[in-house]
Amino acid sequence: MDKLLHSVYLDSEKCLGCTTCLRNCPTGAIRVRDGKAIIIESKCIDCGECIRVCPHHAKLAKTDPLSKISQFKYKVAIPAPSILGQFKPKYSVAEVLSALKALGFDEVVEVAYGAEVVGRALKYEFHAKRYPKPLISSACPAVVKLIQVRFPELTDNICRLKSPMALTARLVRKRLRDQKGFKNGEVGVFFITPCAAKATMVNNPSSSEYDSYGHIDGAIAMKDIFSDLHRQLGHCELDEDIVNSTAEGFSWAISGGESRYLKNKNVLHVDGIQNVINVLEEIECGKLESIEFFEGLACIGGCVGGCLTVENNYVAKMYIEERAKCLKETSIVHMSEEYVKEIYNSGMMHIKERILPRSPEPLDQDINKAIEKMKKIEAIEERLPRLDCGSCGAPGCRALAEDIVIGKAREIDCVFVLKDRLLELSELTNELLQLAQPTGKNNEEKGEAKNESK
Amino acid sequence: MTYELKFDVERGDFETAGLASRKIKKTLQQLGINNKTIRQVSIAGYEGEMNLAIHSDGGYISLMVLDGELVLVIEDTGPGIPDIALAMQEGYSTAGDEVREMGFGAGMGLPNMRNNSDAFEINSEPGVGTRIEMHFNTKT
Repeated sequence: MDKLLHSVYLDSEKCLGCTTCLRNCPTGAIRVRDGKAIIIESKCIDCGECIRVCPHHAKLAKTDPLSKISQFKYKVAIPAPSILGQFKPKYSVAEVLSALKALGFDEVVEVAYGAEVVGRALKYEFHAKRYPKPLISSACPAVVKLIQVRFPELTDNICRLKSPMALTARLVRKRLRDQKGFKNGEVGVFFITPCAAKATMVNNPSSSEYDSYGHIDGAIAMKDIFSDLHRQLGHCELDEDIVNSTAEGFSWAISGGESRYLKNKNVLHVDGIQNVINVLEEIECGKLESIEFFEGLACIGGCVGGCLTVENNYVAKMYIEERAKCLKETSIVHMSEEYVKEIYNSGMMHIKERILPRSPEPLDQDINKAIEKMKKIEAIEERLPRLDCGSCGAPGCRALAEDIVIGKAREIDCVFVLKDRLLELSELTNELLQLAQPTGKNNEEKGEAKNESK
Repeated sequence: MTYELKFDVERGDFETAGLASRKIKKTLQQLGINNKTIRQVSIAGYEGEMNLAIHSDGGYISLMVLDGELVLVIEDTGPGIPDIALAMQEGYSTAGDEVREMGFGAGMGLPNMRNNSDAFEINSEPGVGTRIEMHFNTKT
């Protein structure tokens, strides 16, 4: 198992230990210790919920600054399709992409292009016999991690086609090498990311999505370049040939964008991490056996709802849909089926390694000891108030009980237990005070006190 | 050392049905049971819960964790199954239209329980109740 790396981190100066993130984390990966939130690395799936909900903006995602592109001779931006949802449709696709190019890039290639290739290859992969049904989309890395951690029995269902981001990077590098003779170190490919989960993939060199031919040099947060982009819009040089996506490609930015490639199949697309969890639970217990393809996206609305975007997710979705309506050609006419097949058959769009479960550690490797611990957890849980208030720093009473048993917390971390103990203690103190009057001062009084206490 | 979990399920209780199998799954993960067995128990447990909610007058689902195996018991207090052989046939269901509209009653409940367990035993008496006992090997 490779090391889990995360892009979500805490600015501890800003964190007040308020427990908002704690209560909103879908995998129970956060604790508040010594007044600061901490992330349990093995449970975090980089969904970005904590970044979204933190009222003090203390949760951040590790992304790269725009200045990083200057390290490379030839700079390529590969923006996620959701970028088109950040700007009103009155700015054409060409205008938005030209503005991005004007920030210092030599070339802009939309990830929507790769999305269309992956989307059209999906039908071939769907008929590859090796998947148990339903086939599960691999597009959202947070959902893939969620499945690895929480639904380990479904990892074999995950589609092993690369994400549009990874494929786009690979295609760009191949073209620049073959046609322009660039060496790999000269070209800098930067993903313009709407979310933390994608940033993690870029920053995690051991990610199974990658091979050395499709390397991405950095992830730049959409919101970090938003105002610069806005300034360029309408003022920079317009490059009409810059557009290489169509509605089918950039619609991946919204939930259901991928599913629509599988026509006449029973598809289910779900967005919002809690909704995804609920539906995966039904899939896992065998309830949704008629579903043939499942597209789960961690953010509400899909990638337009990413925690590193600027525009409201519903508004961004509307912009994407408006853009799609205005286009004459919904699919790339010049992208022939032979081309898609060729890429599919070349193997360059397949993830080579199996996607393995990352099941949480059991309470103990020895089942008897694990049972013993489980019984302790239940006994402690009985004594807790079951209010799940989060004041102890764990997301709920059960989680606190588990933390106590593994030695990470104490029962008096619970304010209610503490209050009871203090009450007991004060009663005892009172009792002792009455029993133990100072000696030699007034023996009569002492005697009275003794009698009273009886 | 043994460990037991037990949940009551009432007739028509679709709202909480599914909770027991979810809780069972999480517990088995914490006890370090292998993923494949957990999935089988989840499926069988879910079908059991649904049967209790759809067909029974109320009952319980219980899980015993023993050394080397898991025992899942689904027991109710009626109405009982008159023809068990028929009920065990794939696709056979007595579920009403209302239940079918909710996506249940495909007639795969009992067969799914049998197919996912290593040992399956069903006893039923009309007017008394039904008891299903399933065993799952956990030695890998």
